[in-house]
Amino acid sequence: MDDLLKDFLAETSESLDLLDSEIVELEQRPGDPALLGSIFRVMHTIKGTCGFLGLPRLEAVAHAAEDVLGRVRDGELSVSHDVISQVLIALDRIKELVGLLGETGVEPEGEDREIIAALRAIASGEAAAPAKAAHNEQKEEAPGRKGSLFERAGGASGIDTACELACAGFIAKSEEGATLEPEMLKLQFALAKGFEVALEKTPGIDIADVLTCLKENGWTKEDIALLEVELGTAFRTLGVEDDDVVSLLAHLHRGEVPEPEMRAEVLPPEKPAAAEKPQAVTEKHDAAHGQNQTLRVNINVLEDLMTLVSELVLTRNQLLQIMRSHEETPFAAPLQRLNQVTTELQESVMMTRMQPIGNAWGKLPRLVRDLSQELGKKIELTMTGADTELDRQILESIRDPLTHMVRNSADHGIEMPHERVAAGKPEYGTIELAARHEGGHIVVIISDDGRGLPTSRIREKVVANGLATESQLDGMSEQQIQQFIFRPGFSTAAAVTSVSGRGVGMDVVRNNIEKIGGIIEFHSTEGIGSRFVIKIPLTLAIVSALIVECEGERFALPQNSVVELVRINRAATKGLENINGRPVYRLRDRLLPLVSLSEILGLPDSPDSPDSDETGPQERDPSDSTYVVVSQVGAFVFGIIVDRVFDTEEIVVKPVSRCMRHISCFSGTTILGDGRVIMILDPNGLASAVSSSPHAEAAALTAKAGGGGVQRNEAISMLVFEARDGGPKAVPLSLVARLEEKDLATAEKAGSRTVLQYRGGLMPLIDLDGKPAERQGKKPILVFVDEDRMLGLVVDRVVDIVEAPLDLHLAGGARPGILGSAIIAGNATDIIDTVHYLRQSDADWFDVKTESPFGNEGERHVLLVEDSAFFRNLLIPMLTIAGYSVTVAEHAEAAISLCKDGASFDVIVSDIEMPGLSGFDLVRQLRADKRLSDVPIVALSSHANSRDIERGMEAGFTDYVTKLDPKALLNVLSRTSTAEMPREASA
Amino acid sequence: MNTSPNMTAPAEGSETSTEDYVTMKVAGQTFGIPVLNVRDVLSPQIITRIPLASVEIAGSLNLRGRIVTAIDMRTRLGLPADGFVERAMAVVVEHDDEPFSLLVDEVGEVLSLPVSERQSVPATLDERWREVSQGIYRLEDRLLLVLSVTSVLSAIGVDAVHAA
Repeated sequence: MDDLLKDFLAETSESLDLLDSEIVELEQRPGDPALLGSIFRVMHTIKGTCGFLGLPRLEAVAHAAEDVLGRVRDGELSVSHDVISQVLIALDRIKELVGLLGETGVEPEGEDREIIAALRAIASGEAAAPAKAAHNEQKEEAPGRKGSLFERAGGASGIDTACELACAGFIAKSEEGATLEPEMLKLQFALAKGFEVALEKTPGIDIADVLTCLKENGWTKEDIALLEVELGTAFRTLGVEDDDVVSLLAHLHRGEVPEPEMRAEVLPPEKPAAAEKPQAVTEKHDAAHGQNQTLRVNINVLEDLMTLVSELVLTRNQLLQIMRSHEETPFAAPLQRLNQVTTELQESVMMTRMQPIGNAWGKLPRLVRDLSQELGKKIELTMTGADTELDRQILESIRDPLTHMVRNSADHGIEMPHERVAAGKPEYGTIELAARHEGGHIVVIISDDGRGLPTSRIREKVVANGLATESQLDGMSEQQIQQFIFRPGFSTAAAVTSVSGRGVGMDVVRNNIEKIGGIIEFHSTEGIGSRFVIKIPLTLAIVSALIVECEGERFALPQNSVVELVRINRAATKGLENINGRPVYRLRDRLLPLVSLSEILGLPDSPDSPDSDETGPQERDPSDSTYVVVSQVGAFVFGIIVDRVFDTEEIVVKPVSRCMRHISCFSGTTILGDGRVIMILDPNGLASAVSSSPHAEAAALTAKAGGGGVQRNEAISMLVFEARDGGPKAVPLSLVARLEEKDLATAEKAGSRTVLQYRGGLMPLIDLDGKPAERQGKKPILVFVDEDRMLGLVVDRVVDIVEAPLDLHLAGGARPGILGSAIIAGNATDIIDTVHYLRQSDADWFDVKTESPFGNEGERHVLLVEDSAFFRNLLIPMLTIAGYSVTVAEHAEAAISLCKDGASFDVIVSDIEMPGLSGFDLVRQLRADKRLSDVPIVALSSHANSRDIERGMEAGFTDYVTKLDPKALLNVLSRTSTAEMPREASA
Repeated sequence: MNTSPNMTAPAEGSETSTEDYVTMKVAGQTFGIPVLNVRDVLSPQIITRIPLASVEIAGSLNLRGRIVTAIDMRTRLGLPADGFVERAMAVVVEHDDEPFSLLVDEVGEVLSLPVSERQSVPATLDERWREVSQGIYRLEDRLLLVLSVTSVLSAIGVDAVHAA
């Protein structure tokens, strides 16, 4: 096969994929001239190149299809279903021919008469006027219109026609014209293509090269000049403006001014114009070179490059490892530089492997169209984020799963049109494909607005197939039950159709996704639709991994599945428990099923791990402690018990040898910085080791159920500490400015207070009883800061930072400084009232902002709408202290009825996220009431990014404050009240 | 680190009818592998154990950035292998583009042996030995079994599947 043909095949198969989806798109947007232009151009290029290469079958089919498209473009034919179908059929034939051509290197024998006849029939069927007339008409309009030179020259078909005319003219006038006649068709295509390349800046042989080629093939100067004259004449005949003709012909010489006598011949009309024009064209031409900066590279070259970079990364790691043991070395600086360059190089090479995800779903529009015809459904496919890029290796592995899911949606998800109408939905079902970057991952969402997958059906099926028992299902959330569709042997389709019943289940899809370290989740609401969410890593080749050790052997664990690390002291195995012989760990409020790495891998006990000779690791644990690596696979969270944990390292994933590929615990192998080979653990494999045991699964489910509870309530970070009477205390972390540990002996006495010189100021220190702290011992201090004021609360021990939902179970009662008690990490914990302590240290801490507005007006009445008991308890005292009288509503509905009943408030403070009506709903309803339209309403929210604030303002909030910023709230309150006063006065 | 096999051994007799073998010893028995199959000979290496892999697989080692699977030839031949892996020489061979190293007690000289003298393996030989041997040479002072790399490795692949 010669290179020209190879290039043609590569280029054409790309264009064909593009055409497929574009033609389907055309059906939806029949009037889009840009789209039509693009389709037409691609088809035209195929036709042209085939003619050039002597592929008559391809050329004939493409030509007939191009005719149809040309008529559509010229408005002589409307885009009907038949037209699109016929063009798609032609496209399929072209693909088939191109495929065979690729295999054998010659165009297969055969007949396409039927297809061509059908296309002709379509083309002529609705043709209103002779093509020529339309062409001319278009050309006459051309000068008035704006557009590129290419468009002004009549586009691809105009140029083609011009070249045809020119060639005909040339044959008639040239002496040896007659002998050249058989070659003329090729010349015509070469010229047309050359113009297109030159004008549209597409890659290929441009018109000047064609002429050079002719010269090399023994054409005389006179012949070429004649051809140029003929071209000029042809363009003018077609109604192209003289100026444009000059520019067009300038391309024949790459914009250089032709020799004088030739110019005379070529440009009869206005000579002066010639001087300017070519110059303009030259600039354009340079720009063209600038724009077209892509290069076709053999994929093997990229793969090799990637391998080399991987080796480089390994060597770099090795060097860095060596360097760590030599503190003073002249190599440090250059090594640092090498490190940096290697990282950059690695990133750049990764970039070359990146491909838009659109490549994986390019075939889907066609698939959906075919399916909808086959099934008699009306389906629309929308795609967003097609340009999201990811590693081509990953792209390949998600192609099939994506196709399968879209096919599933079309087959099972979307209802028949009449069912949809009956259900009050639009007749057209929509399947939506969306991709976007999120952290180091790509998130792909496939959703449809079909009938959804009823959980009840999944339940039946699960029970019928013996995947779980009724009682087990009862303990699960709907979300958990829905995930059963990914189990092997699960299919809810009542009838096996030709579309989905191909023996590929969702379990295969999940396996494929998980094989590349991805996660897939399924959500469905009956009658509303289904949604698959896939999260996949950007690249596989180089990953960050945590190096762990177990029984003296080291392993790498991909960082993206590691959630957190927990160190457990073996002597005091608090939290480590057994349920029916299976180890679980009580991690905060959830039970974590555990697997021992040494057990799974069958590692022999080595009483003392031989670590004295290990390079690198610091002796972190002389005491007998063990580590739990909390890992997540899909929604399943479990802990892996290992002996030691080292740092994370960038590792290059290499495939496991064939003879070990059956071991599911390993996903690959790699070489560490010290040159040792280690195995990469596969979290999926380990997870299946945990869940293969029914006990563990039960434990996992309980754990998950517990985890679900957290999400329902709002979890906030709490700092848990101990002080005085021993019981744990907690304070919202966001209220604490800093944590310090200071020797209190360095504190000083100032009057009755204990103060500490801190950051250039004096910070009063108090203990939990509000008394000045004793000046002895080294203790942790929680530092609260408010502008230039500081307060240090001395505690005995900081225990942990815990993400926990806050439900105050007991109110603080008479205990000063305590808001109430909540369960945090399984213990009854007192939540301290920060405001109390702040006032202890400085009685007017909160008063300052409240002075002016209420000086003599008396109390202001605040309505606080807040569903969380914790925040109510935090805010009520604070607002009361600041001089407000507070009325509380626990939800928006209560607030509305209070207002409707005529209660009047000076200001309303409302939470945003509440069960039932949200804060936005509340404010809209209140604003609708004329009486309340002026009352300032302040939004209180745990998140406050600019979008939220904007949204809040739109809804009618006067101001927007974050929940854990009491100071800001007070400021806003005094500000809004002040602002309100004049208005009230004038009213 | 690497000790190259003695490639300069004189090629005796006519070239057409001889084949060159790298000789090696496993528990006193001499084996030979056609010299063209051997990529490298390594002194004892750090070998990473692979849990759950079949017993013949001693582990993986790093050969200039390539990961090579090490086969414990003693275990493969059903011989005791205590403490063998740590002091074994490694003969690196390539099989289907994947590198493997055969761990043996020692690597000897390269012998050029006339093909015509190769005899078939006696049927009485232990099954494990017979399946990896392609033939036998009677040298002056000892016997040399010709190892078939393919059989050594493919058997492990099969074993591995059984173990799964």
